Order: sequence, then C-alpha cells, then structure tokens
Amino acid sequence: MSIQSEDVLKIAHLARLGIQQEQVELYASDLSNIMNLVEQMNQVDTSDIEPMAHPLDQSQRLRSDVVTEVNQRETLQQNAPDIEDGLFLVPRVID
Amino acid sequence: MQWETVIGLEIHAQLATKSKIFSGASTAFGAEPNTQACAVDLGLPGTLPVLNEQAVRFAVKFGLAIGAHIAPYSVFARKNYFYPDLPKGYQTSQFDKPIVGLGQIDIEVDGEVKTIGVTRAHLEEDAGKSLHEDYQGMTGVDLNRAGTPLLEIVSEPDMRSSAEAVAFVKKLHTLVQYLGICDGNMQEGSFRCDVNVSVRPIGQEEFGTRAEIKNLNSFRFIEKAIAHEVERQIDVIESGGRVVQETRLYDANKDETRSMRSKEEANDYRYFPCPDLLPVEITAELLDEMRGDLPELPEAKKLRFQAQYKLSDYDADVLTTQRVMADYYEDAVNFSDGEAKLVANWVMGELSAGLNQHGLDISASPVGAERLGALVKRIADQTISGKIAKQVFEFLWASESTADEVIEREGLMQISDSGELEKIIDQLMADNPAQVEQFRGGKSKVLGFFVGSIMKQTQGKANPQEVNKLLQEKLKE
Amino acid sequence: MYNKSLQELSSSLQDKEISSVELSQYFLNRIKHFDGELNSVITSNEEAALVAAAEADKRIQSGDSGLLTGIPLLHKDIFCTQGLRTSCGSKMLDNFVAPYTATAVTKLEQAGAVMLGKTNMDEFAMGSSNETSFYGGVKNPWDLNTVPGGSSGGSAAAVAARLAPIASGTDTGGSIRQPAAFCGITGIKPTYGRVSRYGMIAFASSLDQAGTFAKSAEDAAMMLQAMSGFDEKDSTSVNKPVDDLLANLGDSIKGLTVGLPKEFFTDDLDSGIRETIETAIDTIKSAGAHIKEISLPNINLSVPAYYVVAPAECSANLSRFDGVRFGYRCDSPKDLEDLYKRSRDEGFGDEVKRRIMMGAYVLSAGYYDAYYKKAQQVRRLIKNDFVEAFKGVDIIASPTAPSVAFSAGEKKDDPVSMYLSDIFTIGVNLAGLPGMSVPCGFVDNKPVGLQLIGNYFEESRLLNVAHQYQQLTDWHLAVPAGYEQEV
Repeated sequence: MSIQSEDVLKIAHLARLGIQQEQVELYASDLSNIMNLVEQMNQVDTSDIEPMAHPLDQSQRLRSDVVTEVNQRETLQQNAPDIEDGLFLVPRVID
Repeated sequence: MQWETVIGLEIHAQLATKSKIFSGASTAFGAEPNTQACAVDLGLPGTLPVLNEQAVRFAVKFGLAIGAHIAPYSVFARKNYFYPDLPKGYQTSQFDKPIVGLGQIDIEVDGEVKTIGVTRAHLEEDAGKSLHEDYQGMTGVDLNRAGTPLLEIVSEPDMRSSAEAVAFVKKLHTLVQYLGICDGNMQEGSFRCDVNVSVRPIGQEEFGTRAEIKNLNSFRFIEKAIAHEVERQIDVIESGGRVVQETRLYDANKDETRSMRSKEEANDYRYFPCPDLLPVEITAELLDEMRGDLPELPEAKKLRFQAQYKLSDYDADVLTTQRVMADYYEDAVNFSDGEAKLVANWVMGELSAGLNQHGLDISASPVGAERLGALVKRIADQTISGKIAKQVFEFLWASESTADEVIEREGLMQISDSGELEKIIDQLMADNPAQVEQFRGGKSKVLGFFVGSIMKQTQGKANPQEVNKLLQEKLKE
Repeated sequence: MYNKSLQELSSSLQDKEISSVELSQYFLNRIKHFDGELNSVITSNEEAALVAAAEADKRIQSGDSGLLTGIPLLHKDIFCTQGLRTSCGSKMLDNFVAPYTATAVTKLEQAGAVMLGKTNMDEFAMGSSNETSFYGGVKNPWDLNTVPGGSSGGSAAAVAARLAPIASGTDTGGSIRQPAAFCGITGIKPTYGRVSRYGMIAFASSLDQAGTFAKSAEDAAMMLQAMSGFDEKDSTSVNKPVDDLLANLGDSIKGLTVGLPKEFFTDDLDSGIRETIETAIDTIKSAGAHIKEISLPNINLSVPAYYVVAPAECSANLSRFDGVRFGYRCDSPKDLEDLYKRSRDEGFGDEVKRRIMMGAYVLSAGYYDAYYKKAQQVRRLIKNDFVEAFKGVDIIASPTAPSVAFSAGEKKDDPVSMYLSDIFTIGVNLAGLPGMSVPCGFVDNKPVGLQLIGNYFEESRLLNVAHQYQQLTDWHLAVPAGYEQEV
C-alpha cells in the first residue's frame, strides 16, 4: 500500500494537523512503509473471526444517576489559553 | 408532473437524568457558563467516561414503548470531528450497534391511521454551545450542555406530507413525556428535530436526493420548513436543476431554508468502537423490570378514558395528550366523586382558558386537582349552579381556599328551599299582575321574565330547576 | 543504601534508623548528582516531597504505616498529579497542571510513598527509545551512547541508576518491559484492567496499562500491590479482588510448566540474546520447572495489528489537544482551522503526528474493514493463541527484546525498525495479559531481559517465578558503572 502526498494532505486535514509542505513527502514515505508492515495481516484469513475491541470479555458497568460534581470552573479553567466571562474563547465560528 | 414528498425524521430527545451521560455533573438548564462542565465533560487528559444507568433505562423504556427490539449488547463508538463545542474531538455515540432497534409508531392524520417505522434509537452525548456574541471578534464556548444524554430517534422515510411529519413528531413528543424520559421542552432544546426531505414523481419507486433540515424547534417550524423545502426542490427540478444532498438551515424570520455550506465539507467521521467503554448489556431481568415499570401509554389511556369516563373521542384525545393533564383529570374526577363529564368540561374549559391566559402549564396550575374536583362536586350536588361555580373558580384561582370555604364565606349557596322561593315568587306575581295575565293567556315566553327577575333578586343563587318548577305550579293556579 | 530492597528500607524506617525525610533527601541528592547527564527526571517535586516525607515520618511514629510508608518513588510523567506539571513528554502539555491526581498515584500516596518527581518519557508514550520526548532523550546508565528504551525510559533509567528505589510506568506495547530489559531492572505490566487508567493520559485505551519498575520482583510486587485495584472512575477497571502478591513469592516453582513459543526462538534471533535467554531458562529448569515448546501461530502478526489498533485509538484520544481548553495554543490564530492546525502541528512531535495520521487513515472511509476491523480480528486470533497455549503451560518465557539497548539515533528516522524492537512484547498487550521483564545477563556489557508472560490475573505466579529466579541469580543486583558511588 503506497500512500501518496494527496492522501497525506487529506488525512492531515481530517486530523487537523497543519504539517509543513516540505514534510509531506517524508510522511508519505514513512506511512507507506508502515502500511507495508500492516499489510502482513493479510497473510491470515479472518473472515469468520469476531473483531475484538477489548482484551477482556466484560460488559459496561453502570453509574447511579447522582450529581457528584460541584462547580469547579475556576480550577478547571486554570490551564485554558483564553477565557472571558467563564467562556472558552476561540476564533469566531461561522455557522 | 405530480410530485410526492418523502420525509424521514431524526429526533434528539435530551433524557431527563439528573447527571450527565458519562459524568456526575448536573444537567440542569440555565446555569452560568461552564459551571456544570466537570473535568470529564471538558475532556481533560486522563479523564474517563462511566455510563449513567438511568440513561440506559430510559432508552430501554422508549424501546419497549414502541415495541422495538432491544439489543442485548449495544456499543458506543467515537464519531470523530473537530468543533469547539465538542471537547474531546469526538462525540461518543452509538453507531452500528444501537440500543434500540426496529420499532413503530401509529399516527393519525385526517382520521386515517398510518404506521411509521422507527429505524432505531441510540444513546449519545450532547455537545456544548458556541455563543456568537462578540468577545473581541472571538466566539465563546459554554460546555454546560456537553455530555447531556441524548436519545436520537431515527424514523424510516415513511411520511408523505408535512402533516404526517408533524403528527409523528407530536406523537413522539407526547410519548417521551409520558414515559418521563424527556421534559419535551422545545424552547430549551430538550426536544429537537432534523428533517430529511426529498421529492419524487408520483409512481417512482426510487427516492429522490434528500436535503437535511437541521434543528427545528417547534411543530410550526417543522411544517413550514418542509413546505418550503418541498417547493424549493420541485422548483429546482422543474427548472432543469438537480437537488444536492446537503444540510440546510431553516430561517424562521425569512421562512426559507438555506444551505449550511460550512458543514458540508467532506465529512469522514471515522467511527470506531470507543475503547474507554465496554458493550452495554441489557439482561432479561432488566427488560422484565422495565416492562413492569412502563406507564399506561397515550393510546391505551385514551381508549380507557373513553370507556371508563364515557368521554368523546375528542375529549379523550385532548385530555391524554399530556400525561400531567391526564393525571390531573383523573385526580379531579376522584375528588369530584366521579363527575367525569363535568370535570372534563371544567378542565378543558375554565381551567385551560385560565392557564392559557396566564401562560401556565397545567403542572403549575394555581388550582390543583383536589380543589377543582371539590368544586365540581358542589355543582353536581346542586349546592351551587354552574354559573356561580365560575365565580367560585375565580376565588380558587386567587387564593388557597377550598370551594366549600368560598361558598360559605361569600354566601353563594344555592337557594333550593321551596318556602323561601315561594315567598319571592308570590311577591313577584303580586307586583307584576300584567305579566301573570299574559302567561295565563298563553304567552309562555313570559316565564323567562320571571326566572330572570328571581335570579337577579337572588344574585343567581336560586336553584333554576326549583324556580322553574314552582313558577309553573303557581302561574297555572 | 541505594541497593537496599524495599523490605530493608521499610525496616530501617520502622526501626527509625533513618527517617523518610533523610531517605528522600538521599535520593533527591542522587538525582541532582547523576541526572544531569541521564535526563531521566523532567520535573522535580523536591519541596512537596520533603513535606510528604515528614508526614510519612509522623505516620511511622504513630504506628499507622505500611510497607511503602516513607518510601521515595518517581512517577512517569503520564500520570496526572494535582499541583505538579504533567507534560506527557510533550510541548503540548508543557504548562499543563492537572486539577486531579491519577488513581494509581493516589493509591501510592495513601500508602505513604513519597513522590520525588516525574520521569521523562516518549511523547504521549509513543516510542521505544525515549527519543521522541519534547524534553530530550534519556541516556541509558549502562552505556550513555545507547537509549534506555521506551516509552517509560525515564523511569527505567532512574531505577537502574538507583535514583529512586521504585518508579511507575505504563505499557501499551512493551513500554515497561522493553526499557526494563534495556536498563537491567525488573518491570511488570499487570493484566489489562488491574490498575486504574483514571488520570493516566491515554495513548491507546484498550492497550494501556500501568505497572512498576523496581530492582527486584519482590520490590515490583510491593509497589504493584499498592497500585492495583478496582476504580469506579474507569469503566475498564476490573472489579475483582487483588491477590496478595507477596504471599506466594517464596513458593517453589517445582513442577511448574514454562512454555517457550517457537515463533520467538527462530534463526533470526540474535545469538547473544538466545544464549543468555537459554541460560536463564536452564536456571528456571534447575529449580524444577518443566520446559515445553509451544506455538503462538499468529504472534508474528502482532506488530502489524498493533500499528493499526494503537494509532486508531490514539488518533481519537489525542483530538482533545486542540488548543481550546488547555494545553498549547499557537500564536494569534487567524481562524478556527488555523488554531487547530497550527496548535497541533507545533505542539506535537513527528512520531505523534505520524501515528495520529496513521490512525486517521486506517479509520477513514473505505479503509475501516481492510485495516481496523482486520486488525481487531487478528487481535482475537492472537488472544486465542495465548488462551490455547495457557491450557498446557503455567507461564510463557521469551526474550523481552530482539536486541540489547541500541545507539541513540540508530532507529530514530526509521519508524518500522523502531516498531519491530517491540516484536516480543506487543502480543501481550493485544491479548491484555500480564507480562514482565527480568534481568538475566549481558550481551556486549548491556543488559538482557527475560520476558515472562502469565495467564489473566496471575501476576502472583509471574512474580513468584521471577522472584525464584532472582534467588538463584544476581543480575538484578548489578549496578551500572559509575552509579555505585555514594553522593
């Protein structure tokens, strides 16, 4: 599987990574190499195998519907790059 | 060409849990920005989700109510996209393994019943809100709503008119409130609707290209948005164009839909099972428990009201649209000692008028079911007349007093004592010999004059049946 | 002092031969003296540590203390610590101070352990050499030209250099075992779900598991005992009582069956490593264990499957680093897209970006079934292989890594060869099994690790075998040259 520059640009956009133009080729070749490694999976037939998402066969534990959190806005926003009136600020969003 | 409209709906119902779907933060509406967004809701690094049991039970309840298949195992997935109101960069939602499978709902339009398929209903988390007021050219993000549990209900494209779509939405709206799983508040966004609309030439099997109209928050807007969109699509096709699959926004002020191109860029959500959450198991025990827990549903309640209270189809329908109204009605009937028809008239008449006038919901009615029932009881046992009862109702509305207290205090007790009434009638006949003669001469209309005069003199308190009876007797003498 | 076991240190504390403040100061001094060149500790907690040590001393005075009370330790900088920066080795979190503490750290705190600081690591735990850290690489105390392994390279190097008696780590594909092997110390990754992941910054959620580094299996067991246990804040945490990990350490391993996967002992295996491992197996055999060849037919697909599953999970896990609520934000973004793209480009290093892209790619439209679903199916095959194998053996043994510590820079620009350095460890994470690495000799004066793999929740047996092996050998007591000196 060979990954082209266009693929790199497409997935970089999906992942919101503004990679540098001069690195696109390098990413394409690195990712192609990794994909070649990944392709080895095709050595085995898995058509009847149930996909496994978790190592342990368990089901989800449920939490009682109780409010346990109190307002900690000040503490939780201490790492925020830009806030005003308790809001997180971002460049203007146009719907 | 004749066109047929095809409509499918997606409804987002916020589940009425106290805490969020994956955290212990409150879901209460209207708090100061970000005061109900905890570390988990903000997606701070290292935090993890734990699923709210009540959200699961609510979803199961809904599924049972529409006769749907409940998945023994359902799976949460991550829907990946970047947006400031989506803290983790993915929405935790159910994708290929939803908790509620195929079910159905009957709607009635113009007397015809039609079954609409519900494809699925799944659990997911709500996003926060972007506030576009000007913060030096920036947008503010409030994440209080982030993580509020949603049940997304998806219909089959079974509806063929805006009337059917609205009937379906109303039916669901009633149902979720009946089940107590959603407060149904459309203004606050607790119950939101996306509409998929397409048109096709009548007779054509294949669906046309659809447009999705997002976030309609009133029944009227749904109707208008569909009407507009259908017209637009037909125009496009008839003028030789093609409908594009896209997301559109309904602008209520201009009464038109417009394209949301900003959201249209190649969406590739890269769904995959959320590794922080395990499959949700619904055991047979839980299903049994939930079945037992299911309230009487609107349809059944309406039929029962017709049978038990001898109500008309229309009355039963009005009284059962809201579960609180139905409960109020039944309570009031009990307190009235079974005056079902009279209570129905009062609830749908005087009470509803008062609530409308004051913009109140029945749950906030100043006159509770007990006091209304007791009032109706006094009409039924002829302590007061229906007319006097309206006066008493005014007092009930404005105070905490009971009907009996008001009747006593204001001296509104009906005069049924024939001795007392006879005295009044005798005096009246003595004062108006001409009218007595007219009556005796065959002018029976004059009876109205006597009744009116007596009512006036007694300030309406005279028992009309009794007055009539006595007048007839005396005038004929 | 630096080579004393936890048991010995604990006795000294209980007997008041030394105070926790003195002990903590002793190791803080070693860090100051040696870590300039190693770069294993990236954030010191000196002031708070001495306060905590004084608290521990009070507890010891009052008789309210356990084995770990007053014992100094280091935490990998992936665990959130309230009030002390948690960087995860990334520029993205260079100024991030978590408002909460990871459950694993809290448990150790409650046991009275004293956190001296946070250790260097590969950025977001992505790497096998510790070279992807924003704070620079860590040097291997056995040979400063080589890497300590990764991603928990800082913790491994620090314990190897005796800068702390014990340290925490996390293991997603070998990130405890491989650095433990490279640095000649003991490291254990328990069964998935045994230690809470709450407050541990996620790389690949279905694979990540916290564990411990120590000089010996016994010390590793003591620390793991305190860290383990159910946590209601982590849905994947297992609600099952924790075995007494110390109770069986002394048991004989006579009659135990040890499986050797033939897929791990092929002709490709480095001859020095092979000889060292075979010698170690002989030692275990001499203690009365049976040795049996087994097969894990699909194990050679573990690296390919891992490099789909782990990047896919990481690509979503790392989306929250968007410059909005915390973490690095680029200067004067011109619009929202610019904010996202530049913050993430500038805040993440190359390997992290590579894996995020890899993950986005395998999940993107049209590729999910071919890669992601396929990898999940292969994952099940690999798990099934282990389940099958454990029907006939009690534990599995193999080399931890295909080579000894390699030179800094050697694999930095070749991701695939870097990935293959975890070829023996990755399958264990895919299956969710417990695994550990035990020092078992040297090749070219660099340590070799013996990997032991246990059945689900059989940490106790794993530690028993390791401890018994360490009763017969003293590889684990070897201290790298230069670090034996007292400071």
